[in-house]
Amino acid sequence: MLGTESLSARQITFLLDQSKSFQEIQQHPLKKLATLRGKTVALAFFEPSTRTRISFATAAARLGADTMNLQAEASSLRKGESLLDTARTLDAMKPDCIVMRHSSSGAPEFVAERLEVPVINAGDGTHEHPTQALLDALTIRDRRGSLEGLRVTIIGDLLHSRVARSNIHLLGKFGCRFTLCGPAMWVPREFECIGPPGCTMRRVPHIEEGLDGADVVLVLRVQQERMNEPALPLEEYILGYQLTPVRLRAARPDALVLHPGPMIRGLEIDPAVADGPQSCVLEQVTNGLAVRMALLFLLIGGAPAEAKDASHAGD
Amino acid sequence: MRVVEKSQLMSATEIDRTIQRLAHEIAEKSGGTRNLALIGIRRRGIPLAQRIAHAMRGIEGVEVPVGTLDITLYRDDLSKVAPQPVLQASEIAFPVDDKDLLLVDDVLYTGRTIRAAMNGLFDLGRPNSVRLCVLIDRGHRELPIEASFVGRTVQTSDTEIIEVRLNEVDSEERVMLVERVA
Repeated sequence: MLGTESLSARQITFLLDQSKSFQEIQQHPLKKLATLRGKTVALAFFEPSTRTRISFATAAARLGADTMNLQAEASSLRKGESLLDTARTLDAMKPDCIVMRHSSSGAPEFVAERLEVPVINAGDGTHEHPTQALLDALTIRDRRGSLEGLRVTIIGDLLHSRVARSNIHLLGKFGCRFTLCGPAMWVPREFECIGPPGCTMRRVPHIEEGLDGADVVLVLRVQQERMNEPALPLEEYILGYQLTPVRLRAARPDALVLHPGPMIRGLEIDPAVADGPQSCVLEQVTNGLAVRMALLFLLIGGAPAEAKDASHAGD
Repeated sequence: MRVVEKSQLMSATEIDRTIQRLAHEIAEKSGGTRNLALIGIRRRGIPLAQRIAHAMRGIEGVEVPVGTLDITLYRDDLSKVAPQPVLQASEIAFPVDDKDLLLVDDVLYTGRTIRAAMNGLFDLGRPNSVRLCVLIDRGHRELPIEASFVGRTVQTSDTEIIEVRLNEVDSEERVMLVERVA
């Protein structure tokens, strides 16, 4: 599972449907299954992450699998080891699957091409974060009933956002109409062409106009750790793009507010919106667990030799 | 794997008669249906459970709740069964605690499916009791599992397969004995 760009609408629907059973399991008094007992999931996080890593670790544990934990700070990369050698070292310990997050776009694909073991992309550079897009889609579908033709407004630093790209590649396949809203330097013109055929994209500099009639509002983080270019002063960002209750009224009354997390209340999102009835942030987290359990189950639950073909699921 | 049909074991009428008889037996031996709930397993156990519940409504005048259970996550042979295991939903709308559960399946063979089903049930809570009702018991148990209510017992060999076909799933209604052919 490297990205949503290569998935068909049918495959996406299949993955979301399979995730339903794992949503249901979160309600059981006993959440631990033995389905993946004896399997090992390697968590290779070359970039810091708390939520995604914990989510994958919990998903593996609830399926009965064991985890191997690699964290960037403690890793041999600091001692000068190449990515490929690190991956090969992990592979030599025979995990059944590698979940990988890396600051370089394309790193998981690089590793997947050279190893036999299935690789799940947990976020690579500014390229893709497919499980985030899947859990967002599941959240939207649960609340709205369908993903077809929704008007989706994405606010923030789209240029550096793998979450935005994965969401566009996924929702675009269901004919969604995107409004990309943010400071001009973060919403380049090229974005108008990145969606799949059948969806529409427009760039809108003003948030009020951008929110008009939206079914779904996706609020992106202000990635201060990536702000090594002349960036917008935070006060200006708040003035122009913070999602406040007043601004949200421009969207449909039943519009959903999604945020990949972690939120900075008072920066990109007003606390009243974050805690309001339209906010789906907690459901996103629960659905993240379900989606990741489904993915692990599909990739390593079956016969080992065919695990690599799991990308053809639902064909 | 090719299969060859050898004989028909039950016709549609016989299936119906057996289900009616099972419903009566269950009603008789359940000491009251107050805590009783049926759980249909995987595919064909589900319509069977629904039909038994329907029959019991006619006999006792009570609504026995029916849940459905997909055992894919609890199988002991997942890696051997299919390259791409696909989940169906389990739906048990009532709490399992303190209930007298009756698992319903079409064919009882090695008993592994029932073991998996019990694991699934116990993940949901603590039932008062779990019993088993099957349409066909074909022997060859590999685990200490038994059915309290059996439609018909059939002696089979290892190369034979019993195919229960029900309208809801197969658009036809009969029980066939088929043989695996090399």
